[in-house]
Amino acid sequence: MFGAQSDPLDFIDYIRDNPDTFWGYFYEHVELVGYAVLIAILIAVPLAILISRVAFLEKPMTWIANIGQAIPSLAVLALAIPWLGIGFKPSLFALTILAVLPIFLNTFVGITSADPAVVDAAKGMGSSDVQLLRMVQMPLAMPFMFAGIQTAVVQSIGLATLAAYIGGGGFGNWILQGLAVLNFPILLAGAVPVAVMAMTAELVLGGVRRMVVPKGLTV
Amino acid sequence: MQYILDNPDRVWQLTLDHMILVGLAILIASAVGIPLGILISRVSWLALPVLNISGILYTVPSLAFFAILIPYTGLGKTTATTALAVYSLLAIVRNTAAGMDEVPRPTIDAARGMGMTGLQRLRFVELPLALPFILAGIRISTVAAIGIAVIAAVVGAGGLGRLVFDGMRTLDSNVIIAGAFMSILLALLADFGLSRLALLLRPDMRASVERG
Repeated sequence: MFGAQSDPLDFIDYIRDNPDTFWGYFYEHVELVGYAVLIAILIAVPLAILISRVAFLEKPMTWIANIGQAIPSLAVLALAIPWLGIGFKPSLFALTILAVLPIFLNTFVGITSADPAVVDAAKGMGSSDVQLLRMVQMPLAMPFMFAGIQTAVVQSIGLATLAAYIGGGGFGNWILQGLAVLNFPILLAGAVPVAVMAMTAELVLGGVRRMVVPKGLTV
Repeated sequence: MQYILDNPDRVWQLTLDHMILVGLAILIASAVGIPLGILISRVSWLALPVLNISGILYTVPSLAFFAILIPYTGLGKTTATTALAVYSLLAIVRNTAAGMDEVPRPTIDAARGMGMTGLQRLRFVELPLALPFILAGIRISTVAAIGIAVIAAVVGAGGLGRLVFDGMRTLDSNVIIAGAFMSILLALLADFGLSRLALLLRPDMRASVERG
């Protein structure tokens, strides 16, 4: 298919010819992902701590996790339109909602899966609930929380691409434009940077996780 | 919901398209992934690179993945099936390898002591014991693929994503919800059905079925 139209690497020339658009999209993409994950952490971590204190909620959480994973992310973005309109805000809203789930679930699993013997030992030493959480359960949950944030970042980079559909900006714009006129250089000028961004985020955050989390606690 | 009741034929047709798309991708991913999983459990130095590469491919955003494939496979079902199969590979390979590694050493030694050849051990001992893990991998992949396949409508692959895109264009949330609802239903049914199947095949391994 390339033969008729162009060389597969033509997209590099296209990016070189449009540096301002490229960096504009890059900035929009990073902004969307950054805010979404940050807000999602602020929501998900306290929520996980709160719900981990209520034992009978553990079972319903697994159902919510199952259903949550089954929700097609595109639908969440699509549904933001009738309610919030088009643009940055509805995109951010949808991305944030979708980023809450992995962070919340991982943190929740991290807190509740702390070895009961360790928890009992802390209680036996007279730890209050706050001390137990702060000095025992949260440190043990750290690697899980990190893994959740890593998942959320990588997932958000993908979702931010779809956000172009609802006017959220980012590299998705080039993909949609390329699809509309079936122009491969434009299509790839959007797709390749996004793919590289996602892979880089995965590798870098994985590296950070291995550096920050003590060896004995790796998930 | 009203939309589904008003247009049962169209919704059913798109649901069927969706199932065929995902089914085919999972079939291809299993045909590649299960042997690959067995291979990396045998040849240990291959495990890390294979899992790392499929892990990295898994992070590529679906819209970008479709876009990168289009120059080669064009608009349509081939592109969608290829991308979905690649996404599904990770969980299937990882779970197959994990299942093979879980087979207790003494069991393998006993099979060897009985004079079984390598192929017989695989066929009668290791694969049956690894089955719940493999099925769990297929289940995880299927649920994920049903969600990702919604996006595949953008490259002209059909399926329930058509409803979501139609609704987006016409600003009709009923149509969007109809597409999302059917997709969630399909994913939950697949999740339930495949975990039942695992229990049916290996009722003695309830714990690892549920854990997987």
